[in-house]
Amino acid sequence: MTAKERMAIEPQAMPEQDAKVRARNMNEVALGYTAEMARREASRCMQCAAKPCMRGCPVAINIPGFLAKAAEGNFEGALAVIRETSLLPAVCGRVCPQEKQCQKFCTMGKLLKDVDKAVAIGRVERFVADLAREKAASAAGKGVPAPSVAPSDRTGRRVAVVGSGPASITCAADCARAGHDVTMFEAFHKAGGVLVYGIPEFRLPKAIVQNEIDGLKALGVKVELNYVVGRTRKLRDLMEKDGFDAVFVGTGAGLPKFMDIEGENLVGVFSANEYLTRANLMKAYDEKGHDTPFWHGRRVAVLGGGNVAMDASRMALRLGAEKVYLVYRRSEAEMPARKEEVHHAKEEGVEFLMLQNAKRVLGDDQGRVVGLECLKYELGEPDASGRRSPVAIPGSEFTLDVDTVVVAVGNASNPLIPATTEGLEVNKRGNIVVDAETNMTSIPGVFAGGDIVLGAATVILAMGEGRRAAAGINAYLAKKGSAS
Amino acid sequence: MNCIKEKRQLSDNVFFMKIDAPLIARERKAGQFIILMVDEEAGERIPLTIADADETAGTISIIFQTVGATTMKLSRLEPGDSLAAVLGPLGRPTDIRGANGEKPGHVVCVGGGIGVAPMHPIAQALKAAGNRVTIIMGARNKSLFVMEDEMRRIAGDDLILMTDDGSSGRKGLVTEPLKELCESGAVDEVIAIGPPIMMKFCALTTRPYGVKTVASLNTIMIDGTGMCGGCRVSVGGKTKFVCVDGPEFDAHQVDWDLMLKRMGAFKPQEAAARDHVCNLFKGI
Ligand SMILES: Cc1cc2nc3c(=O)[nH]c(=O)nc-3n(C[C@H](O)[C@H](O)[C@H](O)COP(=O)(O)OP(=O)(O)OC[C@H]3O[C@@H](n4cnc5c(N)ncnc54)[C@H](O)[C@@H]3O)c2cc1C
Ligand SMILES: Cc1cc2nc3c(=O)[nH]c(=O)nc-3n(C[C@H](O)[C@H](O)[C@H](O)COP(=O)(O)OP(=O)(O)OC[C@H]3O[C@@H](n4cnc5c(N)ncnc54)[C@H](O)[C@@H]3O)c2cc1C
Ligand code: SF4
Ligand code: SF4
Ligand code: FES
Repeated sequence: MTAKERMAIEPQAMPEQDAKVRARNMNEVALGYTAEMARREASRCMQCAAKPCMRGCPVAINIPGFLAKAAEGNFEGALAVIRETSLLPAVCGRVCPQEKQCQKFCTMGKLLKDVDKAVAIGRVERFVADLAREKAASAAGKGVPAPSVAPSDRTGRRVAVVGSGPASITCAADCARAGHDVTMFEAFHKAGGVLVYGIPEFRLPKAIVQNEIDGLKALGVKVELNYVVGRTRKLRDLMEKDGFDAVFVGTGAGLPKFMDIEGENLVGVFSANEYLTRANLMKAYDEKGHDTPFWHGRRVAVLGGGNVAMDASRMALRLGAEKVYLVYRRSEAEMPARKEEVHHAKEEGVEFLMLQNAKRVLGDDQGRVVGLECLKYELGEPDASGRRSPVAIPGSEFTLDVDTVVVAVGNASNPLIPATTEGLEVNKRGNIVVDAETNMTSIPGVFAGGDIVLGAATVILAMGEGRRAAAGINAYLAKKGSAS
Repeated sequence: MNCIKEKRQLSDNVFFMKIDAPLIARERKAGQFIILMVDEEAGERIPLTIADADETAGTISIIFQTVGATTMKLSRLEPGDSLAAVLGPLGRPTDIRGANGEKPGHVVCVGGGIGVAPMHPIAQALKAAGNRVTIIMGARNKSLFVMEDEMRRIAGDDLILMTDDGSSGRKGLVTEPLKELCESGAVDEVIAIGPPIMMKFCALTTRPYGVKTVASLNTIMIDGTGMCGGCRVSVGGKTKFVCVDGPEFDAHQVDWDLMLKRMGAFKPQEAAARDHVCNLFKGI
């Protein structure tokens, strides 16, 4: 096929649930490509010699390599190429901000002068991963690959992995494959981190995350739930008393930021973490069978402009809200959320209030939210991040009629482990400081990665960090092995 | 793990349970709590104080009152049954020292209703640290007192019982003897654990005398690790998370009215869930 012929292939749209219907159910919004669509989309790739797309992928997946195989209909081969560098394609294909990563640099998008017309790398990635999972499920009755570590390759070294988000899943898998005896410790009663308690079912079905956890178990990883490192056991005790040779800390950015405005502790104001956890992990929306209550917000204001804010506002609709406002103090161009989620939220009926910001929450004599006073903003000079900073317009106050406010203005890192681990160096934002090459912390044998190191980031970055840390751990243990 | 070893009914709606939890028994200190789930798929996560622990046997004890759906389901479990999840020990341990910094002094422990249970390990540790410990226990009536013998063992003659109806001890509220003690000038510190409204009035009682007063807060929680902010309260004008910054705070600094309102956030849903469970148990 010539480049011209490839350019002529229509970009394959993602089949989706109808916006009106899906805004009231928890099922996945994007339904996924068919094999034919995946093949067609993959055949749009021009196999650029310079592979600019790979530069945009944080884990440098061989994108033209896997697309070439997918274009031939060799989906297993395509997945094998992806798996050389990525562990969670079914997840990343769904949640990566592709328009800022791989697809941003795609030549096809450049030629057609529209990043939305770049090769839909993520969607093909998702398809090949889903297909393999479904095949394995129907073959074995469940989607678990056979254990791949022979007993003779076991090292006898023990690695503790703290947390069970994407950074920890990846680190655990790579350490287990290297033959170490790995135990994962998770505070919650389900493993998966933000993938299970934060990102909603309608964007990332929980069965996919569970499949990855089952895969870990098949590799021999032990998963200890309901175990808070720092409380149930101090990190140093894991090494000094329980015999772990190395520890990986992947505890994420689980400390909700608030706006520090009047009325923020009123009844009906939630952090997005609480709001989403009640709905996702505790399944509060399913009132027939679940004990955790949820808040019946009729008119909801969500504060923020990232993925978390999109998820909270779309969740509010699904929990029965009549009206959902998204209040963001910059303009839409500056919104950090994935473009697709912004688009979906609008389609579903979330009303975007741009260049506006909450000033105080108003309550009644019962302490319940009855309104949100906001201020209008305009864009001023670019700030340190290069974004034009919003400036409040004096006297522009107005009141939104809402009974629920969800604060989604970011997460800082959870201080529990640094606070209970002597000698663990953190920077002034509370992120654990690590060596750039090995991800080792200030304590020998203790490694860290993911949001606890980067600050709230992305799934693929967390995964990349988990990989790097696992390589660091494997090298550290090999050295230790020959020394002793 | 998480197997129920022992169960006793202490009064109409108060239960004692010993649970197999060796890791928690090993690490826990006075003032800390657990979060438990009765069932895995549909369950709610609720916080309960560790009333006692036996490191050698690997068990912890809890004492709870049936107030809603989850505590009711818990009360129906029997020795041999297992809990879906037990997480802990959570929260900061009580800072057990002498009442005056390192020097022992006179501490008054006020326990209201079920609040006596979480008070027990704290009172015990305070006594062991050389303090004089006075204990005031309050309940609506005689049948609702729990752990009276245990508390008498710690406080001896310094145990004051108060009931609303006079069916045991003095008739009246816990704040009355508390006020008398403060007036006598011999109190160095007060610790109050019980219903929020009682803790609020204890704080109001001691404030004019400038007596340091600590309260153990019992807000609604989900994760217990500082991730959700659902347990937040306002203390001295600052937002604090009870699960990681507490559960104990300076009672004079807590915004009690706001906390009381926040704790009522899910009342209608809780009432519906409770009725649902009640009916299930009645077989309706
Ligand atoms: C609502 C929401 C939507 C998002 N949407 C996207 C998206 O669309 N695309 C994208 O790329 N990224 C998205 N992100 C960001 C992404 O999810 C995170 O960057 C990523 O999950 C970080 O992974 P992690 O492994 O570092 O930690 P996490 O996923 O945060 O997992 C940490 C785990 O550690 C556990 N833990 C914490 N402390 C302890 C302890 N002391 N002991 C034991 N366990 C502990 C926690 O319970 C948690 O399960 C979103 C985040 C949120 C909250
Ligand atoms: C740190 C901490 C320690 C605690 N220790 C104990 C203990 O040792 N023994 C004990 O019996 N209880 C204790 N509690 C209270 C206990 O957590 C609640 O009683 C329990 O969550 C109620 O759950 P439920 O589903 O049975 O009732 P729900 O249906 O949730 O509530 C029923 C009623 O109880 C009220 N309520 C809800 N949550 C709480 C709460 N957290 N505290 C007080 N009232 C509440 C509601 O307003 C409602 O009226 C503690 C709470 C905290 C935060
Ligand atoms: S992992 Fe993410 S960034 Fe990398 S190719 Fe896949 S979708 Fe693109
Ligand atoms: S830049 Fe686009 S067209 Fe070029 S190789 Fe990558 S995916 Fe294919
Ligand atoms: S219970 Fe979630 S932060 Fe305290």
